[in-house]
Amino acid sequence: MNPKIAIIDYGMGNLRSVSKAVELCGGDVDIISDADSIKKYNSIILPGVGAFEPAIKILNQKGLDIAIKEHISNKKMFLGICLGFQLLFSESYEDGLHKGLNIIEGTVEKFIPKQNEKLIIPHMGWNKISISKTNKTVKEMFKNIADESYVYFVHSYFCKPTNKEYIATITNHSIDFCSSIAKDNVWGCQFHPEKSSEIGLQLLKNFVSKCEVLNGSN
Amino acid sequence: MVAIRVIPCLDVNAGRVVKGTNFVDLRDAGDPVEIAKRYNVEGADEVVFLDITASSDKRAITLDVVKKTAEQVFIPLTVGGGIRTVDDMRTLLKAGADKISINTAAVLNPQLIYDGSKKFGNQCIVVAIDAKREGNGWLVYTHGGRTKTDLDVIKWAQKCVELGAGEILLTSMDKDGTKDGYDLELMEQVTKVVNVPVIASGGAGKKEHFIDVCKKGASAVLAASLFHFKQLEISDLKKYMKQNGIEVR
Repeated sequence: MNPKIAIIDYGMGNLRSVSKAVELCGGDVDIISDADSIKKYNSIILPGVGAFEPAIKILNQKGLDIAIKEHISNKKMFLGICLGFQLLFSESYEDGLHKGLNIIEGTVEKFIPKQNEKLIIPHMGWNKISISKTNKTVKEMFKNIADESYVYFVHSYFCKPTNKEYIATITNHSIDFCSSIAKDNVWGCQFHPEKSSEIGLQLLKNFVSKCEVLNGSN
Repeated sequence: MVAIRVIPCLDVNAGRVVKGTNFVDLRDAGDPVEIAKRYNVEGADEVVFLDITASSDKRAITLDVVKKTAEQVFIPLTVGGGIRTVDDMRTLLKAGADKISINTAAVLNPQLIYDGSKKFGNQCIVVAIDAKREGNGWLVYTHGGRTKTDLDVIKWAQKCVELGAGEILLTSMDKDGTKDGYDLELMEQVTKVVNVPVIASGGAGKKEHFIDVCKKGASAVLAASLFHFKQLEISDLKKYMKQNGIEVR
């Protein structure tokens, strides 16, 4: 049986794009929007297109923040994509200073051009990922994905984890930034796997396989 | 470094992909779903889907075609045509669009750029500008190139970015469908004043044209008929661009 994976609908995500990609990768997708439903799943995905502040407000209002934290502390699988990745961090500087879920210690900051540099913002398009050789979880997350593969990004802010050991990949856009993290059951990527063609689908397949293993052990 | 994107554009009229010259004389180029599927396999970096008559005919975009197209592409999909409100944007994003392109509605109501970018993020809002030469500059046209405005293209592009546009899709109406190259001067002038990605559109006829416009600051290159009628394969084009020192995926 395909593993059941819940995608959280908080009014901000490109839900259909994510769900059709996960289905293609062998997941059985339910779209949920309330905190109680999260408990029923071993695996959840927090997608995201949008601004940080309205997103965290909605999560907090609906009690999704607490439910997500419980899910993660119960060692269940979690994947955050783009804004859903940024929301994991302690705080964001997008339109002021806003507190995040604080699951990964660190900040979300804006790309700033260096002196005399013409820097295109948003960082939009296909860019390369350098895969970490030191992070252990990264082997599962990036199984069958070559180093320096191209994936699709669309964002103006980047994540800066305090603890560098969780960094799964690095990407360069004026500076080297953390383009994904892998911390045990918590996976997060700044790029959009659901929009990164074969490479992205492989990452989602890796996530689905991991969810399968988790279901099997229950 | 971020790679230059190669983007096939699907101009859709009544559920079919069409292509004209200088915005008129539309020719049938096939089923949008099938074409999008082919491009996804061929290595397109993104697909732009424009319902070109939606705004002039005052009808809502055919969501069903968008949905079916989105099912076939695992690369970014930008959708435009007939979008007037933030709710229209949300409906399209839910149907599978990743970015929303607005043109006529942005000119009539610039607040929409601001509202859309506040709600969904700057990166989600693409402002499409149809530019036509007039004297020493270019004027903005709306309603699929049918209505002339008194807006200067350079100033309008700047204003769009100030309001929150995350990308500019810049089409030269003079060059559109002519196949004698992009309007390089237009591209240079616009990329000089904005720091968001600019997609070059209108006039691509051969491989060299893509190199020329990248050198003028384009972040992405768009073409329609060249790809639809198989005069140029996306994979061949990308190979050629790479050989000429342009970073592509």
